Amino acid sequence: MISQNHQHADDITNSFPGMNEAIILRKLIVNQSIRVENLDVYIEEQHILKDINMTIPEKSITCIIGPSGCGKSTFLKTLNRMHDETPEVKITGKVFVDDENIYGPGVNVIDTRKKMGLLAQRPCPLPMSIYENVAYGPRIHGIKRRKAINQTVIQYLQYVGLWDEVRERVHTSATRLSIGQQQRLCLARGLAIEPEYILGDEATSALDPLSTKKIEELFVKLKEKYTIILVTHTLRQAKRIADYIIFMYLGKIIEEGPTESFFSNPKKQLTRDYLSGSFS
Amino acid sequence: MKFLEEKIFKVIMICAAMIILFVLVYIIGTVFYRGFHSLTLDMITKLPGGGFYLGKEGGVLNAIVGSLYIILGALAISILLSVPLVMFINFYLPAKSIFASLIRFSLDILFGIPSIVYGAFGFAIMVYLGIRASLLGGILTVAMLIMPIMMRSFDEITRLLSRDLPDALLSLGATKYEMTKVILRQLMPGLVTAILLAVGRGIGDAATVLFTAGYTDNIPASLNQPAATLPLSIFFQLGSPVEEVQNRAYASAIILTVIILILSFSARYISSKFSKNKL
Repeated sequence: MISQNHQHADDITNSFPGMNEAIILRKLIVNQSIRVENLDVYIEEQHILKDINMTIPEKSITCIIGPSGCGKSTFLKTLNRMHDETPEVKITGKVFVDDENIYGPGVNVIDTRKKMGLLAQRPCPLPMSIYENVAYGPRIHGIKRRKAINQTVIQYLQYVGLWDEVRERVHTSATRLSIGQQQRLCLARGLAIEPEYILGDEATSALDPLSTKKIEELFVKLKEKYTIILVTHTLRQAKRIADYIIFMYLGKIIEEGPTESFFSNPKKQLTRDYLSGSFS
Repeated sequence: MKFLEEKIFKVIMICAAMIILFVLVYIIGTVFYRGFHSLTLDMITKLPGGGFYLGKEGGVLNAIVGSLYIILGALAISILLSVPLVMFINFYLPAKSIFASLIRFSLDILFGIPSIVYGAFGFAIMVYLGIRASLLGGILTVAMLIMPIMMRSFDEITRLLSRDLPDALLSLGATKYEMTKVILRQLMPGLVTAILLAVGRGIGDAATVLFTAGYTDNIPASLNQPAATLPLSIFFQLGSPVEEVQNRAYASAIILTVIILILSFSARYISSKFSKNKL
């Protein structure tokens, strides 16, 4: 299946040599998906992730839950290769994004990261204006025309519901926004690079309940177009917005399944204990 | 007993604060008291005339311009080297890099070397290369003196930056170079602080320029002509037996202080302009 897809892509690219390869490839991807095979991650001598195998369902919200230190965030970082920056981390196994192993030879890390919009735990606006924050991604990825950038900025600020709040001061510093607004700005900034996936690393844990609600609503809206993977500490959040749950404990996947059945009918004892709050 | 402890410690703290204030006020007071009357327009607009050091007319324009040339030249060299070095050891090398520690250790040692040693070292190199005491020699030696100060203080400030910003930029698909550019903007106030520390040290130092820049009553017209500097000018005037000339030394000290203040304020202003908006 994989090789067929690639074959097909190659054929088409060859027959239209003038066309932009990237655009063709993107359209051809039938299964926009993330598939993880035998993933092991070591940080120095510690075995952090142990033989992870999973498939993330497309165009839906997958929540990864589990107690602190179970490897959730480490796992998320393997998806956009942010471990590249720390040489102590050793990764074995395969992570297929759009049927391409991102740890395979010759993979461009920038392309991989461009496919993933990351929403971090604490919002981190860039030291520039609100407008420039959103325009930054498109700019570094080669969009030069002012009109196009303008359109992108307005579009995504509107999408995250920030445009009406900041339209008068889009050219003022982004650090003056409230923390909830900053997080939505970061989401808009991530969306502006037109990713296919959205990764959230406890993206609402620093926010007040109202801002949390806004971000959650955005995630639900976003899953029509994007595949979303969230790491969360709050079970209630997972229950509210997730379509699929993955429960991790001590670097292993203990149980996974659709939200409904996962919460109503957990199969493993460990899962039942975690859900009932016996440990956290 | 506890009460007494508290009292004694409080007295010590207040004394320490008072002593610092007293020293500051005393120094500035003396400089202004002795120098203020000699601080005429001539001092900053005229070159020393014949017999200036015997109390005749003239000014220290040669030293003002020489000092500015040297510090600006040295700053240009140091900034050009400090920024890449600090970015390299902080963002291009891994967090626990031995090489980075080695560089930091070397900078610490260079930081502690007295300026007269830099002066002597610079002089030795100049003799070897056959360069005479000149503006160029002064610039290079002062650059050597202030570079470790700038690098080390800029590095300290850079290390305080949280990992969030680099991570946010990388996850947007920025290359390391693009990331560095944005980080530098965030660090601009820190860089300015580092520059100011370096300027403060470099512009007031006499030992480095003594052999390397030389002294002249004229304004250097090219890099290989000698250049006067304010610290040396103060030194020579203070050495005069004529009281009027000694007072002019204090006036020159006021000029030096004011120059440092102007540089500080303009640097702060530029950095606040520069760190706003736009890429």
